[in-house]
This record gives sequence, structure tokens and C-alpha cells, in this order.
Amino acid sequence: MALAHPLTTIVLAPLMAAVLIMLLPRRALLAVRVTAALAAGVDLVLSALLCWVYLRHDLRGLHFEDKFAWSPVGNISFHLAADGISLVLVLLTGLVIFCGVFASWTVTYRTKEFYCLLLLLVTGVFGVFVAQDLFFFFLFYEIAVLPMYLLIGIWGTGPKEYSAMKLTLFLLVGSAFMLVGLLGIYFAADPSTLPGGQRTFDLVALSAAGYPVRFQVIAFFLLYVGFGVLAGIWPLHTWSPDGHASAPTAVSMLHAGVLMKLGAYGVLRVGFGCLPEGAMAWVWLMGGIAVINIAYGAYVAMGQTDLKYVIAYSSVSHMGVVMLGLAAANEVGINGAVMQMFSHGIMTGLFFALVGLVYEKAHTREINAMGGFARRMPGIALAFTIGGLASFGLPGTSGFVAELLVFLGTVKAHAGVYAIPLFVIYAIAAVLAIVITATYVLRLLQKIFHGPFDEARYGDIGDARTTEWVTLVVLATLLLAVGFYPAPLTDLIGTALGPLVP
Amino acid sequence: MNEPMVIPIQAYLIVSTLLFAIGLMAVLTRRNAIAVLMGIELMLNAANINFVVFWRYGGGQGMEGLVFAITVIALAAAEAAIALAIILNVYRRFKTVNVDQINLMRG
Amino acid sequence: MTGRMVLLQALLTEHYDLFLIPGLPFLAALVIAGFCLRPPRERLAPALLIPALTGSLILSVRALAEVGREGVPLTVSYAWLWVGSARLDIGCLADGLSCVMLVVVCTVSLLVQIYSIGYMKGEIGYGRYFAFMSIFSGSMLGLVISDNLLQTYIFWELVGICSYLLIGFWYRRPSAAAAAKKAFVVTRFGDLGFMVAIILIFSQKWWTFNFQQIAGMAHGGNIAAAAATPLALLLFCAAVGKSAQFPLHIWLPDAMEGPTPVSALIHAATMVAAGVYLVARCYALFAIAPVALFVVALIGAITLFLAATMGVAENDIKRVLAYSTISQLGYMMMALGVGGYVAGVFHLTTHAFFKALLFLTAGSVIHAIHTNDMWKMGGLGKRMPITAVTCLLGALALAGIFPLSGFWSKDEILSAAWFSHLPGHWFFFAAGLVTVFLTAFYMFRLWFLTFAGEPRSEEAAHAHESPWVMGGPLVLLAALAVVAGGLKCLVPGTGHGFGAVVGTGHGEEAVSHAAMALSILAALAGIGLAWAAYRARLVSPAAFNARFPAVHALLKNAWYFDQGWRWFATRVVLAGSGLAAWFDRHVVNGMVDGVAWLSGWASRQLRTAQTGQVQFYAIVLTAAVVAGLLAVLAREASLLQLFQVRP
Repeated sequence: MALAHPLTTIVLAPLMAAVLIMLLPRRALLAVRVTAALAAGVDLVLSALLCWVYLRHDLRGLHFEDKFAWSPVGNISFHLAADGISLVLVLLTGLVIFCGVFASWTVTYRTKEFYCLLLLLVTGVFGVFVAQDLFFFFLFYEIAVLPMYLLIGIWGTGPKEYSAMKLTLFLLVGSAFMLVGLLGIYFAADPSTLPGGQRTFDLVALSAAGYPVRFQVIAFFLLYVGFGVLAGIWPLHTWSPDGHASAPTAVSMLHAGVLMKLGAYGVLRVGFGCLPEGAMAWVWLMGGIAVINIAYGAYVAMGQTDLKYVIAYSSVSHMGVVMLGLAAANEVGINGAVMQMFSHGIMTGLFFALVGLVYEKAHTREINAMGGFARRMPGIALAFTIGGLASFGLPGTSGFVAELLVFLGTVKAHAGVYAIPLFVIYAIAAVLAIVITATYVLRLLQKIFHGPFDEARYGDIGDARTTEWVTLVVLATLLLAVGFYPAPLTDLIGTALGPLVP
Repeated sequence: MNEPMVIPIQAYLIVSTLLFAIGLMAVLTRRNAIAVLMGIELMLNAANINFVVFWRYGGGQGMEGLVFAITVIALAAAEAAIALAIILNVYRRFKTVNVDQINLMRG
Repeated sequence: MTGRMVLLQALLTEHYDLFLIPGLPFLAALVIAGFCLRPPRERLAPALLIPALTGSLILSVRALAEVGREGVPLTVSYAWLWVGSARLDIGCLADGLSCVMLVVVCTVSLLVQIYSIGYMKGEIGYGRYFAFMSIFSGSMLGLVISDNLLQTYIFWELVGICSYLLIGFWYRRPSAAAAAKKAFVVTRFGDLGFMVAIILIFSQKWWTFNFQQIAGMAHGGNIAAAAATPLALLLFCAAVGKSAQFPLHIWLPDAMEGPTPVSALIHAATMVAAGVYLVARCYALFAIAPVALFVVALIGAITLFLAATMGVAENDIKRVLAYSTISQLGYMMMALGVGGYVAGVFHLTTHAFFKALLFLTAGSVIHAIHTNDMWKMGGLGKRMPITAVTCLLGALALAGIFPLSGFWSKDEILSAAWFSHLPGHWFFFAAGLVTVFLTAFYMFRLWFLTFAGEPRSEEAAHAHESPWVMGGPLVLLAALAVVAGGLKCLVPGTGHGFGAVVGTGHGEEAVSHAAMALSILAALAGIGLAWAAYRARLVSPAAFNARFPAVHALLKNAWYFDQGWRWFATRVVLAGSGLAAWFDRHVVNGMVDGVAWLSGWASRQLRTAQTGQVQFYAIVLTAAVVAGLLAVLAREASLLQLFQVRP
């Protein structure tokens, strides 16, 4: 079953585990954690396996298809399939949830419910990445977004109710825009051009449908705003710093690491896939906003003194790189954008795990109150340094490959009718903004890990412990491995780009 | 054989309308919660009469009208049970069943 | 799949061993990082690194001999990434320039590592030190041997991060942590130019990152000067950062917070020379952009003079050497700018030897008496004879005294300025000549203060010579500093002189005997003044300072560059980020909260409609239904019609 329907298994395994956890006794903490870890492990192994199979057989396009008719009304089917981009993102999700489960090993308050919601959320994420039916795409999208409210509201820290409310409302407003766009795509497709001659939610059929340009321009804008909220585009990003700062560790990891990618993925899969001409009409705006994201996010991050806010704003900045790559709308740029989704997912997952560890040990997130921690937590310091280097795109880390491809793609973007080389300017501005990232990351390292150590206050802090190492080692190693040998990932992404480049 | 005496449909409708109006009046004007509840029962029964009458005179083939009527009766019973339970609880809490004085939901 | 095939193919070609030159130190780094980070096993770390570097050195020498004999570069490359139709390569290019540089890097690195065994003995983090050093050596060799701009950038950043890690080796010292960060951020600031240059090249129709192809196209006239000038200037930006040229030179003196062998290897001989190397590597591009060449020469001239004046007033022995390094790098840049390609590269080579030597002697002194302050030294010549003599040789070479190596290379630079066709070449020559005087003065000030006279502190009085593991590299480097000038005539194993080996296609460069004479005179004058001021006490520096307090303050504060940049960093950049954070919190987020407040306010207005009276709701409900019904009826058929009696 698992191998015959790998994608269905990947999507439903966390859901099954969530149901199973519901049935476990409240006291059986270990059983709850192990169940969650097993489900995440199954997903991770299976997704890695699929990537390997895909590369091994030199596949292109959509594969591993599962299609069950679900409702004749509206012609909806439960249709899952994956191409290279989906696989990369599924792999990312598998990695982050696997590490997230280990990073939340110490959650003791309502553990059962916590893991249930976490697994429910990840079900939605997996679903979005592999759904090839707009109805299920939207359904999974909402499943992914809503548990966040409870996860932050119940297990969060600081002004958690405010953050949870803001995040949820923001994302729902985004969903509203998106829903209008999606329904537009459903209804505007001429049934006579669709297979079977009737309206369908099938994404493959819809992306081949062809729409009038005027419609595309409006619909793409709606999708861009709707998905963009989740991708943290400026100025609709303010939910993200508060949300990430208030959320518990694993939730921040998942949210910044994977959920924000849903937004960019939606723009790419639905926006670029179905509305190529509409996309080209708006790339100038996407690129400009993306550059603002990069520079503004980095600059604001520099001004923060709360460790978690620094990381949260850095996500705003890095998602700008993703959106810039998409706006370039060519193979190099989009390849870089997906690469950056992967890289940033791993990197920010690592960062939030580390911030959680540091907070747990030092009981503060105030950067200025820390110092000299490298001596007591050399492992954490090393992982933080690797994450930091990836963050400002040091060669040898995955961040460099992603940023390089995005910038190269951006200068090659066809600026179309504009006389000024708009995208060259965007690229240069983005490169300039990256140095800000280097500055604040190094400041962070200096303030937390270097300098004198306050023995009286932090006498009892230590390095990471058993299960916590899993997260750090897996993610940090990946950052370096992908940085040195990115070819498998870029090849995988490259196979999927054909139909998605406008 | 004599033709059976046919009562015109208007007669039924007038009865049900009157019944409905009486019920509505009770709901809108009575202060006692029990009386309000009785008014609702009257309105439900008025609707029931309409269902049956239209079924009978509409030359219906199926059983829809009767099914609706029976559903409404069942519903009314359930509703009465729940409403009385609520009213009992309200009485315990407020020592009154005067709907004017129960305004916890005021904005 | 394809990547593996290409890799296999590359391994089967005859020059695959070129990959081993940077590869061996990287392998050493992996093993050290895996097994030798903690005590007791950390003692094995140098035993891994030193053989690896020896292997690299042998391979480099072999490559140099082959290239020198055949006169044809060795190349090998394979695809690192395929994106769309763009192929990004990793490859090796061994021509005269890179082979000479490889040999220099391997030699200096090897000697410095041997020295480090003694210098770093007993330090916490001994294994970590050698792990970082291995990564650095590998990255530096990778940078030198790279055959394309992108790969150069990759290793460029890697050596930068190694420099960061090694400057901050004693990370618990706040000054070291700050210096490490400053070094990286400032160089990174310059590296922006590199990245922009790379993406701009990619945006061209002719794009290629391969050095040979770029050179070929530049020579063939396929690159317009209008395109070459910005590209060359952007690349030069990176070189300015890395080679600590004005106005980004401020990081190098602070970088002296790192262990002294690190300063010798990274911040004197190799990494800081990478900027010069980059300009030399892309010289074809600069050659067709005269404006860029002029800028290179100008920045070089400004740097060499400014840094020399800063060195005159410095009391920290390592910082004197740091200013000297900046100044000498300025010479190299100026040489390249005025058209003396061979002169610049030659000076790079000789400087690597004698400056590494000087740093190591300084390290030897610091190791013995645990201070950097020259006023706490004195009289060390008797107690540390090897250090003193080798330092003297290094100082003479740096001052440019015949027949030591520095004389030959510096003289070539001055000749190049003398014969240059650049506008204002007399200015460049004059700047070089004045700085020869300053160089000789500050170097001998250093030597006299440190080694001559009487001890000025308790530690200096009881200093001991360093062990042989440190002394040996000093002697070897001193020997190189003395004889490296001979490379001008013959690079061993190649049968050609230095110019012919590195200067393929750049023409023979003339030598001016007048410049030679002037330079020796200036150097002797500088030495004489230092002797008079700090040994014989014939003239009093204190009196000079009292007479010209403004000049003294200016030099003492290194022309206030540090203060200026610090003001920019804290008052402009950091304060601006605080402002941005405030803006995000209160304006952008304020708008969001404003929308939330607005809907709250609206709901507070509307809540009065909720009376809580069930019957009120029922009345509204009924009224609404009735009104609705009436509206429907009015539309369907007019009400009048409804009540109309049928005729």
C-alpha cells in the first residue's frame, strides 16, 4: 500500500498518527512522541526515496500519481502527483517535521494535543505540495493554516493570543483573495477546451486551458496578494515576526521553514502555471516588493534586540529572495527561488531550534544580556555559526547556491517593454542588501557566543542533549552538503520548470 | 352516490393563518416564557396544517407533505423538551421566567 | 548522473592531480574536524596538516616546472551545476601566475604551520586552530588555482570566513570578537562589487566566467571598453576590501587580534594578497579599461603613502607590521595600475616571504615576553639572536636594500611608475619614493626599539630564544627573503626568468637605474633617521611631537579613519536600523492594528442593536419577513392587482 500509493501515504501518515495519538492515554508521553516521530520518519524516508527514484530514472513532469474521483458535483477528484519541485518541497517538509518532533521533545503541557495539531498541520502542508486538484489544494492549504492558531495561542510565549489572532486573521484575509482567484480560474476556463467538456478543478487540465489576458492580469494579482500574505510580502508581513516570536519552537520551525513556502509555491504552481501572461504583467511589482522585502527585512532585523525577532525578520528578508527569483520568471531564477525555499526552510528550522535551545537554557532571548556562550555550548555555537553563514549566503552553504541562482536569474530576466533594465537594478539592490544580513548575523554571533561569559548568571547552562542533537546535526549537515554539492537538488527542480516558466 | 361535501381549501388556510397569527401574537407580546413557548407551538401547528392541506389538495403523488408534518411534530416535541429544560434552568438562575428581565445578551 | 560522468571524465584526464593541490588540505581539515578536535588527539592535527601541505607543495612545484618548460597552461574543469542552459564550472587553471602563487602559498603555509606547533602549544582549542588553518590553506589554494570568476568568489569568501574564525580564535576577548566581525563585514562590503560584477557578466551576451575565455575575448576586442570599465572597477572593489586598500584598510590593523602565525599567513602573505592576485588574474579586462587602471594606480598610491605614515606612529609591534602590509599591498596595486604587471606580481611573491618572516619574528618576541608594546621591549638582540638576525634580514628586504629580494621587486615597481604612460605617473613615482623612505624609517624604528638598546621591562630582561620548531621556519624564510630576488633572473625548474613565467603576453618591463639609485638613497636615509632617533638619540621624536601636535595626533589616530567608519557604522547604519525597526513596529504594524481597532470600534457602535430582549429580536425578524414578502409581491405582481376583484 505504502509503496503503491506513496504520495497518499505521505499525506495521510501524519493524519493517522494524529488519530492514533488521540487514542493514546494522556500519561503515555513517550508513546505519543514516538508515534509522532515514527510518522515523521516514515514521511522523511518516503520522500527521500521518491526524490532518489525520480533522479535515478531521469523522470520529468508529474509522477507517482494517485487519483480517486471524489465528487461528481464540480468534478472534484482526490488527485495527488509530484514533479521535481513538489518532491524537493516534500523532502523539506519531511526534514523539518522530523526535526520539529525532536525539537519539541520537551513539551509537557498537553503533549497529546500538541502533537495532534502539529501532525494535522503537516498533513495540510504535504497535501498542498502534492495536490493536483484546486479543491484539495485549497482544502489542504486551510488545514495547514488553521491549527497554527491553537498552537500559538495555547503553547506560545509572550503576547501569544495577540500574535495568534493576528496571524490567523491575516492569513484568512489572504485566503479570501486567493479563493476568489481560484474560483475565477475554475469558472473562467472555457469548458469546451477542457477534457471531458465540463468544468474541472484539475490543476493539470486548468493550466492547459488558456485564459484571456485581461482575466489573467486580474486573477494573478488576486493570487499574488492572497498567497503573498503567507509568503510574507511587504507590507503584509507583520504577522510573521509576532507569530514566529510567540510560537513554540517546533511551530516556528514549521511555520517559517515550511508554511511560508506554501505562499511562494502557490504563486508558482497556480499563478505561473495557469496564468503565465498575467504573471508577466505583474513581475515588475513582484520584483520590486521582493527587493524591499530583502533590504527592509534585513535592516529591521538588525535593529532588533530579541533573538527570536531577529530570526523572524530574517525570514521576511529571505522570502524576498524567493519572490525575487520567481519574479525573474526564467529557469535560472525560479530554480534559485525553489532552492532558496529549501535552503531557507532548513536554515530557519535550524535557527528556531537553536533559539529554542538557547532560550531554554539561558531563560532569556535578550541579545544584549548574553555573551560568551560558545565556551559552554560549543555544539550550539557551531550549528548557529553554520546557520548564520548560510543565512548571508556564504559559499559552501546552500544559501549561496540559492542566492547566486536568484541573482543570476534576475539579471537575465526579460524586462519586456521597460526601457530601463529594471531587473538588473533589482539584482544589484538585492546584492547590496545581503551585506546587511552579514552584519546582523555576525553581530548576533558576537553578542551571544563571543566575549566574556557571565559565570554568576549562566553558571548552569550546557550544550544540547541527546534528542536535541538530532535536529542540529541533520539540519546543519544538510546546509553544508547542499552547499557543496547542489546538483541533485537543482537537477530535480530543473525537471519541473518547463511548464512553469511563463 | 352523493358527492362527498368538499370543503374548500381556503377554509383550511384561513384556520391555519389565524392559528399562526395567534401564535405570533403570543410570541411577540407575552412576557411569560412558557406562554412564548406555547405561541411557538401554535405556529408550528399552523405550518403543519398547511403541509397536510397542500399535500391533500396538491394532488401529490408521494408522501412528502405527511413526512414533513411528522418531522415537524417530532421536532416540536424535541423543541418543547429542550425549551422547557432551558426555561427551568433560567428560572433557577433568575427566579423569574419573565423574558423582559432576561437580557444577559444585551450588547 | 551526468555530473558523475563528467567527474569521472575529469578524473581520467591527465591534470586531475591539480584538484589535489587544494584537496589535500581540505582532506586534512575533514580528518582533523572529525577526530582531532579535543585533547589528547588534537596533538595529531599538525601531523595531518603538514604532510598534506607538503604534498600540495610538491604538486605545485611540479606544475610550475611543467608550465614553465612548456609555456602552456594546464587546465581541467567539470560542471558543478547545470541550470537551464547555463553551465557553472569548477576547474583548475595552472599557468605561470597561478603556479607561482601556489608555490608561495604552500611554502609560507607549510612554514607557518611548523612554527604554529611551537607557538600554539598548550592553547585551548589547539585542534580547532589547525582545523581552521587547514580549511584556510585549502581555500586559498582553491582560490589561486581557480579557472573562473565564480569559483574564485566561492573560495574568496571561504578564505574570508577562515580569516574571521581565526582572528576571533580567542573569542572570549571582546576585542578579538569585534575585530573578527569588523574584518569580515568590511571585506564583505568590498565583496559586493565582486558579486555585482559576476551577475553583470552573466547579464552580457558573451557571458563566461572562465579567465582564459575572458582574456581571449578582451584581447580579441569582443568586450567593449564601456562594459569592461564598470566590471573592472567592481572587481577592484572586492580587491580593495580584501587587500585592505584605502578606504577599506581599517580592518587589517585590528585583525592583529588573532594569533601571530595567523597574521603571518593570512594577513600578510596570502589572503590579503588575493586582491592583488584577482586584479592580476583579470588583467586583460583591466588592460582594456584605462580608467580602471588609473583608479587602481591612484588607490594604490594613496594607500601606500597613508599606511606608511600610520606605521610611523604606532607602538604595537604587530600593528606596525600590519600598516606595513597595507602599504606594500598598495605598492603592488600601484604597480598593476601603472602597467607593471610583472613588477606587481613579483613584489607579491617577495613580500609574501619577507613579511611572513617579519610577522613570525614578531610572534617569536611576543611568545617570549607576552606583550605587543615595543616600548616594553628593547635589548632583545642579545637574548634572542636568531630572531633578531632574521628580523634584521626581513627589515632590510622590506626597506629595499641591495641585494635582498625587496630591493629587486620594489625597484621594478618604481621603474614601472617612472616609465608609465599614465597621466600623472610622476606623482605615483614620487609617492613610491617617499614611502620607501618612510618604510625604512618605521621598520628600523621597530627593529631598534625591539632588539637594540637596553631592556625596558622585566620580561624583556629575562626573555629566552624560541624553540627550534619556531626558529627553523624563521631561518628558512629569512633565506628565502634574501635570495627570492634571484627569481627575477631564473625561476628554478622552468629555465626562464620571473617575468617570462608569469608575464605571458604582457611584454618586457624596463628598469630605470636612476630610480634604483634614488630608492636606495631614500631607504638609507630612512634607516639613518631611525638610527638617529631611536638608537643614537641624536634627534628626539618627542620634541617633534611637541612641536607639531596636530601631525602627531593625526598619525597616532591613523588619520581618524577608524573613528569615521565607526561613526558611520553606529550613528548611521545601526541608528538607522533602530529607526527601521521602529517604523515597522509603529507605522506598518500600526496600520494593521489600526484596521483591527477600526473594526472593534465599528462593532462597539453596532452592539447597541443587540438589546438582549428575545421579543425585540422576534419583532425585527417578523417585520423583516413581512417587508421581504411585500417587496417580493410588489415586484411579481402589483399589490393592487392582487386585491382586484375579478370582473
